[in-house]
Formats: sequence, C-alpha cells, structure tokens
Amino acid sequence: MKDLLAVAMLSGIYGLLSASFFVTMDAVDVAFTEASVGAGISTLLMLTTIAIVGRFERSQRHKPSLALAVTFFTGVLLIYGTLDMPYFGSPNAPANQHVAPQYLNDTVLGQDKSVNQVGVPNVVTAVLASYRGFDTFGEVAVIFTAGIGVLALLAVVRRPEEDAKIAAINESMHQKNLILRIVIKVLIPFILLFALYVQFHGDYGPGGGFQAGVIFAAAFILYAMLFGLSTARRVINQTLIQILAAIGVLIYGSVGLVSILNGRNFLDYNALSSDSIAGQHLGILVIELGVGITVTSVMVIIFFNFAGRLENREANESVTRNISSDGHVTKEKL
Amino acid sequence: MLVHLPILQVIVPLMAAPACLILGRPRLVWLFSLITSGIAFLISVSLLRQVMSAGTISYVLGGWSAPWGIEYRIDELNAYLLLIISAISTVVLLAAQTSIKKEIPKDRHTLFYVLYLLSLAGMLGIVATGDAFNVFVFLEISSLSAYSLISLGKDRRSLWASYQYLIMGTIGATFILIGIGLMYQMTGTLNMEDLAVRLPEVTHTRTVFVAFAFFIVGVCLKLALFPLHMWLPNAYAYAPSIVTAFFAATSTKVAIYLLIRFTFSIFGISFSFTTLPLQTIFLTLGLLGIFVASIAAIYQKNVKHLLAYSSVAQVGYMIVGYSISTTTGLMATLLHLFNHALMKGALFLAVGAVMYRVGSTQLRDFQGLGHQMPITMAAIVVGGLSLIGVPLTVGFISKWYLLLAAIENGWWPIAILILLGSLLAIVYVWRIVEAAYFKEPLIDREPVKEAPLTFLLPVWVLVTANIYFGVDTRLSVQVAQAASQSLFGVSP
Repeated sequence: MKDLLAVAMLSGIYGLLSASFFVTMDAVDVAFTEASVGAGISTLLMLTTIAIVGRFERSQRHKPSLALAVTFFTGVLLIYGTLDMPYFGSPNAPANQHVAPQYLNDTVLGQDKSVNQVGVPNVVTAVLASYRGFDTFGEVAVIFTAGIGVLALLAVVRRPEEDAKIAAINESMHQKNLILRIVIKVLIPFILLFALYVQFHGDYGPGGGFQAGVIFAAAFILYAMLFGLSTARRVINQTLIQILAAIGVLIYGSVGLVSILNGRNFLDYNALSSDSIAGQHLGILVIELGVGITVTSVMVIIFFNFAGRLENREANESVTRNISSDGHVTKEKL
Repeated sequence: MLVHLPILQVIVPLMAAPACLILGRPRLVWLFSLITSGIAFLISVSLLRQVMSAGTISYVLGGWSAPWGIEYRIDELNAYLLLIISAISTVVLLAAQTSIKKEIPKDRHTLFYVLYLLSLAGMLGIVATGDAFNVFVFLEISSLSAYSLISLGKDRRSLWASYQYLIMGTIGATFILIGIGLMYQMTGTLNMEDLAVRLPEVTHTRTVFVAFAFFIVGVCLKLALFPLHMWLPNAYAYAPSIVTAFFAATSTKVAIYLLIRFTFSIFGISFSFTTLPLQTIFLTLGLLGIFVASIAAIYQKNVKHLLAYSSVAQVGYMIVGYSISTTTGLMATLLHLFNHALMKGALFLAVGAVMYRVGSTQLRDFQGLGHQMPITMAAIVVGGLSLIGVPLTVGFISKWYLLLAAIENGWWPIAILILLGSLLAIVYVWRIVEAAYFKEPLIDREPVKEAPLTFLLPVWVLVTANIYFGVDTRLSVQVAQAASQSLFGVSP
C-alpha cells in the first residue's frame, strides 16, 4: 500500500481489534493499554509524522523478495513453535502452575494472612507495581529515554520573528473547525477527569499510570490540535514539561530509595508503613503517580516536537510564498 | 549500605539521568555525570572484590523472594562485565566535554549526557540482573539511548546509520523478547536460576527449540556477528567520537555476555551445543567474520570505518573462543572482552582527539599527523600494536589464550587461521601508521597542534592499561578464569 494515511488508519484499526481480542481473553488491563496506546496515541503520532513527511510512499528501487523470504521463514518458525505449546487457558500450563498461584493468593483470595500480602484487588497492578515493580521502573525509564531521544533529534530552536507568523497561521485555523472546537472544549474536562480516575483506580480496576498518562496527554494534544500550538504553549511551558518528565522518574526511584533508607531492599513498599498492606498501598499509589507524570509529559513532549517541526515548515513555506508573490508584484510593475 | 551495592550499581546512573535534565547547565551536568560514572566504577570494584572473596551475591528487589519478584544476581562474570563497562564509561567521560563542544550543537549538550547516563544504566542493568524479562527492559533503555546518541553525530549520514541500527536493533530485541516469552510459557518463570532448573524438563518440545533459535538470532544481531553486522560500521563511523569510543568498548560486549549467560547458565551446555549445530555455525561465522571484516577494514578510507570493521573482526575472535566451548576457550573470549574494550576505547578516543583538532577522520587527513600530534599518534600506534597482538600488550594475552584453547582441542588449522587474521590486522594498522608518519602533511590543511590535556589524559590512561594488563595479567586472567570455570561448573 502506497498511501501512508491508509496504513496509519489500518494500524489503528489493528490496535483496536487486538484490544478487543485481549478483552475476550480476559486481559482487560492489557486491552486498556492497547486501546489507549496502540489504537490511540501511536496512531495520532503516526498521523503527525505523515503530516510532516507527506502522504504517499515513494517507489522503491530494490526488490524486497529477500525480506519476504526471511519474514516467511520467521513466521513458519513461530507457527512451528506453537505446536507444542500448552492449550490456551489450560490450568495445567506451566505459566498457571508455578508463580501465578502465589500472586493470586496474595491479592485476590488473600486467605493466608501470614505471607506477605499486597492487598490490592487488581492482581495485574499488584504484579506490575509490586512483585515486578523494578521492571515497571525500567519501563518508565524507557519512556523517559524515548522522550529525551525525540528532544535530541527534533527539538527546534524557535526564533521570535517566526512566532508572529505561526500565530497568524493559528488565527486562520480558528475560523475553521468551529464545531469540533466547541465540542472539544466541553469534552476536555471529562477526559482529564477520566484520566485521573484511571490513574487512582488502578488498584481496584483496570488502569494505572501508563493508561492514565496517555489519556491525560491526549486531552492536551487534542487542545493543541484544534487551538494551535502557540495557544497550547501558553498553557504548557516546554521547560516545565521536561522537568516534569524527569520528576516522574525520580518520584518512582525515590520510593525505592526511601525503602533502602528504612533498611529494606529497593522498592520494598513494606518499609513505607508499619502496616504492610498500608505500605503496599502507599507505595503503589506513589509509583503510579510517578508513572503517570512521566508518561503524560513524554507524550506531550513528543507531540509538541513533532508538531513544532511541521509548524516551522509551514511558517517557512508562507515566507517563501510571500517572497514569490512579491516577485510577482515586481514583475507586474515592470 | 554494602548489601545494597548490586542495586545501587544500576540505579545511581539511572536516577542521575533525569536529575541531569533538571540541572540543565552543560558544564555542571558533565561534572555530575562524571562523578556518577565514577561512583558506579567504585561500586563495581567493590562488587568484584566481594564476589571474588565471598562468592555469588543475590539481592531481591521489592523484598519478594526470587521466582516471584526480580532478583539481582552477581557472580564473577557479571562483576567482571560491570567493571569493564563502568571503567570505560568513566574514562571516556573525562574527554566528553571537550569533544562534544565541536561535534554537537550547544543546546543538545545536556540531552547528550542524559542519554549517555541512560545508556550506561541500561548496560549495567542488563548485566546485573538475574531475571530474563528484566534483561529485555534494560536492553530497551540502552538501545533507545544508543540510537539517539548515534543520531547526534555531526555528519548527516549519522541519521541514516542510526535508523539502520534502530531497525536491526529492534528486530534483535523483538526476537529476544519472543524467545523469553516462549520460555516463560513453557516454564512459568522468568528468573534465570529458576529457568535453568525448570527448562530441562521441557527441552524436548518444539517451543523451547524455537525459543532458543529466536534468542540466538536476536543476540547475534545485537553483537554484530558476521553476517548480521551491517548496522555496525556506519553507526560507529558517523556517531560522535565519544559515543563511538564508549559503544565500541562496551555495547557488543554486553550482547556477548547475554549469549554466554543464556547458553551456559540457562539453557545449559549440553542443550545449547547439541540441539543446533551451534559449534560449527559459530566457528564458521566467527572465522568468516575475522577474514571478511579484516579485509574490508583494509580498504576503508575513513579511520573510524576502518576501526569499526576491525571491531566486527574482533567479535569474530570472541565467537571463535566461545565456539571452542572449553574452559580455556571461554576464558579467551572473556579476556578478549576486557582487552578489546581497552584497545578500542583507546583507539577511538585518540581518533576523537584527531577529530577535535583536524575536524575529519579521513585517512588522508591523517597524513603528517605523526609530527603534528605526536602524543596522540603514539597512543594510536600502541593501541594498534595491541590490536595486532604484539607481546607486552593486552592483545597478545587474548590471542595467546585463544591459540592455547584451539591447540588444546587439537584444532591446528583454526590456530593457523587465527594467526593469519592477525597478519591482516598488521595491514590495516599499518595503513594508519603509514599515513601518519611516512607521508607529507596535506598542503591544503592548516598545521594542527597536539590535542588538549582533557583528551590526552583519558587516552593515555587506556593506553597504559593496554600495556599494564599485558604485563601484569593477574586481575584479568584470574577473574576470567574464575568466571569461565564457574560457567562450566568446575570448582576451582
């Protein structure tokens, strides 16, 4: 397919479909993440990229037959590997036999009060944020790295004289999309509220910092898309948002450091309170907050830098257009 | 605090990275990164001492015991790698502020250090952890920061090189993830120790076979084994000098560590070397890598390209040592990990000094530099001698053990081929020496001064290490021997 817009749309549909698959497989947390990240924000970022690079793919010089052969071979190997897999959902599968029963016992069933308990009804959150909390810390660092990478590659130094032109472009945009703008204005508070709900309800239902961060960022991005970047920039200071991204990671890490200072191991939430369940609750709440802050900031950083490129180019184009029309004028005079 | 050293090793640089972004001022950030990396180095020294005297250290994260939570597990091999990475990172950082001033725009300096620390933390995390999935998470941190660091290069081709690396690296990481995922499905655990216990029950299944195949291919992409090395030369050639020096000395080493850890400690020697004809495959590819890459190196016009191809060849030596799969063979590989880090660190950093003064790393721009930058060029000569494997340098030590391992096994033809490979190294090192000392300086180039002290100091620290560890081999040989013996399950 040569039309990249269609490709982006299809990948969005793919994301939504796989999210529904996950729901039918009872993995609602994964489905939620897939819906908000795979179908939501990544499609949005792809669209922004297409707006910068153009909609159609150029014809290729090389023939991708070797690549096709390698991909085909990989696919065959993967299918070959599934032949000996345990059946889906089988209670005898090793994945359901070894570590999982303990996770369930500690969280959902909670029969045995003597063992370490997390006391969080959502077992996925318990595994993500407590048992394997260090992995999640790593994931937050991955997101942070991605944000910094985008900054290092795409950040544009803007000159004040361009700002005026950009503002003019944005003004012209204001006359368009009137209905969308009014609808969005009404919607944004609800989106933000929903994000906060997802953020803090992660202990009990599907949700958590990653999904909440993405939804929160989506609200800002929607605003920026319809009201122009310069208006949005008045709300969100670029330096501040970078510092926030860093602070999110630091919040997560400092929970671990506090555990160390209290004489426990890194990220041992039992150190945070005399009551172990209260400690786990507090720990998970704080680290999820850190996750949410970093994810929101990084998504906003990525979008602003993508869109900033586009905007700069438009400003430059309008400059060249002005010059050419000036040239036209001089010709007429001649 | 001593019990927390394994985790502090990783989180000190990991948390220093966002702190850098808040600090903001490039000079301050440089100093801060340098101190952070220095602390990481001290921690790794202390860890190595602990491991060598008291054996394996285990540290459970979050207070959850091993198969349920994530465990950090430091044995001789991990401690050895941690030392290599943090030491090189610290020495290279000494020159960073001077070098990037000419190669990276000023508004990117802080971001450069943030990415550098993230990359360091990522590599340390991969090595320190005892959890298979945690490996992948830190692999992502180190790879993502590596792609961005490479793309910061002055030459616009760095973007293309970084993109190539991004695609190849992502395929590699995905394959590794598929491997780990399938392993989890068959065993229900992600802890390495636990995997090693539970995998033998299911090794006959096709799923584990596929997991193994995917993992091996993924890691080979990451370690740039011939013919999967296509991303490496351009990535190293167009990246900023500091980045090249850091990555050339560390990043492929981390991938080789993963290969050793998974095949020896997790899948087990008997499974790893019997299910696939792994020994033959690796031996052939390793030897092919040595010859093809060395010959390619001879024809390069850019010194960074030349040294990058030589890196691919050196990976070939490590893989040959690995494929011999005896304690001596593995020991040769481990020694070469350490020694190659010293050589390539010194060489690429010296080339960075040339880049700083001359503004180019083309071979023709090296003409006459032997007289204009005598101290830097002397460093390149010593580094080159070490690369060839001349006695009294570290290169000799690793070649010696590699030959010993081949002969021990009765593989005489292999031993001869290894020696022939060294002859090729003489040719490409000679090309640099010839340009620097025996050709007249270019007329159209202004004469240049010797590199500043901030470059000479780290370069010569590494060069001295090249000679010191070539004479006094106690540290490297002792640790490599202990690590290789414990991997083979031989009690020393």
